[in-house]
Amino acid sequence: MFEILSYERLTPNIFMMDIYAPRVASHARPGQFVICIAVDHGERIPLTICDYDENKGSVTIVVQEIGASTVKMGKMKVGQRLADFVGPLGRPSEFTEMDIDELKEKRIVFVAGGVGTAPVYPQVKWLKERGIDSDVIIGAKNKSLVILEDKFKAVAKNLYITTDDGSYGFKGMVTDRLSALISDGKNYDLCISIGPMIMMKFVSKLTEQLGIKTIVSLNPIMVDGTGMCGACRVMVGGEVKFACVDGPEFDGHLVDYDGAMKRQSIYKTEEGKAYLKEIEGNTHSGGCGICRGDE
Amino acid sequence: MDLTKRVEVKEQPAEQRIHNFDEICYGYNNDEAISEASRCLNCKNVPCKSGCPVGVKIPEFIAEIKNGDTKRAYEIISEDSSLPAVCGRVCPQERQCEGKCVRGIKGEAIAIGKLERYVADCALTDETTSEISINKNGKKVAIIGCGPSGLACAGDLAKLGYSVTIFEALHEAGGVLTYGIPEFRLPKERVVKKEIDKLKSLGVEILTDIVVGKTVTIDELIEKEDYKAVFIGTGAGLPKFMGIKGENANGVFSANEFLTRNNLMKAYEDDYDTPIICGKKVAVVGGGNVAMDAARTAVRFGSEVHIIYRRSEEELPARLEEIEHAKQEGIKFDFLTNPTEILTDASENVTGIKCIRMKLGEPDDSGRRRPEAIEGSEFVIEADTVIMALGTSPNPLIKNSTKGLTSNKHGCIIVDDSGKTERDGIYAGGDAVTGAATVILAMGAGKKAAKSIDEYLKNIV
Repeated sequence: MFEILSYERLTPNIFMMDIYAPRVASHARPGQFVICIAVDHGERIPLTICDYDENKGSVTIVVQEIGASTVKMGKMKVGQRLADFVGPLGRPSEFTEMDIDELKEKRIVFVAGGVGTAPVYPQVKWLKERGIDSDVIIGAKNKSLVILEDKFKAVAKNLYITTDDGSYGFKGMVTDRLSALISDGKNYDLCISIGPMIMMKFVSKLTEQLGIKTIVSLNPIMVDGTGMCGACRVMVGGEVKFACVDGPEFDGHLVDYDGAMKRQSIYKTEEGKAYLKEIEGNTHSGGCGICRGDE
Repeated sequence: MDLTKRVEVKEQPAEQRIHNFDEICYGYNNDEAISEASRCLNCKNVPCKSGCPVGVKIPEFIAEIKNGDTKRAYEIISEDSSLPAVCGRVCPQERQCEGKCVRGIKGEAIAIGKLERYVADCALTDETTSEISINKNGKKVAIIGCGPSGLACAGDLAKLGYSVTIFEALHEAGGVLTYGIPEFRLPKERVVKKEIDKLKSLGVEILTDIVVGKTVTIDELIEKEDYKAVFIGTGAGLPKFMGIKGENANGVFSANEFLTRNNLMKAYEDDYDTPIICGKKVAVVGGGNVAMDAARTAVRFGSEVHIIYRRSEEELPARLEEIEHAKQEGIKFDFLTNPTEILTDASENVTGIKCIRMKLGEPDDSGRRRPEAIEGSEFVIEADTVIMALGTSPNPLIKNSTKGLTSNKHGCIIVDDSGKTERDGIYAGGDAVTGAATVILAMGAGKKAAKSIDEYLKNIV
């Protein structure tokens, strides 16, 4: 079980794997996540699902190396097995449960940043398979950090790439790109944004002004992923929600991003930062162009 | 020998054990067990047995200890209990068997828990345990959750010849015995794993990493995987919070998170990666066993620990032994105290916990005197870590993902006297049905459901 079927490095610190997990593959839906333990004694790592293939029994995950456990996982090879792989967890995306005819009327835009680009893919693909078009904006710090471009080209109606430094596509932030599209006459009824917390915060701010319903996907600290530990609690619309069972997707206009960001930083110790700096050269690789986390 | 006093059991001294996670109580040796057993009056009306939630034939097994036949003693316990090595360690005996002991009227009750543990530990280390021959009947039963109720149900059904598979959401078997109760109270390798291995040797299959309701549903297990009956023993895993200001601050944890990081994920051992944060000054809110476990874990990380409880010492729901051990380990108790706010600095890190003094009023529904706030009595306890141990409720996942199951307003699955839910072939028991309770009640419910499942399946070809 949980054999690594394929391995591809997408950027210096993001890799993609297909994992053999037939029960997970047959139940996975867009918006859900898994928890995996790479090697015995490792942490339980929550990871969004990037794709799934029921016939092959495989689930695709995209992982950013941000701590001891993900670095160990990145060193594994095809043919090896992950110690544990459990899911699919969380609720599927709200739109997967909507009436298809109603959904076909919607003009949908996805706004993705950094490793958050990966969980957007199964959503766009799911819509495409049902004959529903959607536009996708992918933000990255520079050209080399843009991931999954070819996969998206096959499923998105329009794909807009933005880079922080202008080395590829539009120069600027994803919010700039979204504003520009609206100025050019585009209209959207639904925005789904996944990426670094700070990016989702600013996207939500913009879409609130524009009056576009927005869904974001949160990736807080978790232990079990089944509602047991409460580590992933987040304030949404003034209520405490557990991202693992009530989410991970929430109404972007109701999330308390500042509170969530403070909670997310809890295990980022000085030692941890030093460790990352040593192996990665910097401690930020979101690539969304907004958070400037290493400044 | 003074027969009014029990034979003292050897323990790790407090000043030593606060620096390690090894089991506190060493248990009786043969001589100690026999002399403690000789104190038993063998009362005709067996009050101790009536105090036991599963009716273990206590005087009978104690008599066998006196005779030196621990094997026979173990067989007697096993007729009614599946997890004696666990229950001997974690049952609230002072409120059950020992609370009814006639010796206890004019002296100390027989140490029934310690004797049960002695018998069970002898059996766990006994390599000569006879093989039981089982005639497999080929009928598949699925057990959801690998905690005390699921383990008990699985064991009984396997002995009756059923092909039993346990589905466990976490990556280790044992449920609360693994993620909840700390090593210093219930050793994992020496006791929990041994109990689980015993089940495996009966042919029980344990599949970890499967969240029933997500990875597979109960309806699919029945329709596509040919399970003829299902037992739901998913426990009460959802933590409660108080809903006070500052509760989402960094440094506030549910006891579930704190204990899971330490017990399941082994944060206290150097070769495991999972981090745990335990500050210099820790405040634990609550008065049950879980609160004691969290507080005493924090002590072992070198913290100064307060337990904040809104009623008085008399109402503490924790086992007496845990309270005594906690006191010995230097934990300070703030009774009749209730948190009103968690104080933080500018970066949302905990700096203290604002509390109000309480007094006890008239008894409430639980029969305990209701705590009432004393106005104007607020004060601050300094703390950089706050652990909420306020109880847990059942996870709604199974109910929400299975057609035709019903639950009460607390989220507990509704079953009849036989343990059957509103659907034929689906049974439930333990904390998932009762809300958070004890290991022995869950174990008893698992055994009862096993009997009902057997009766149900006997009539199905």
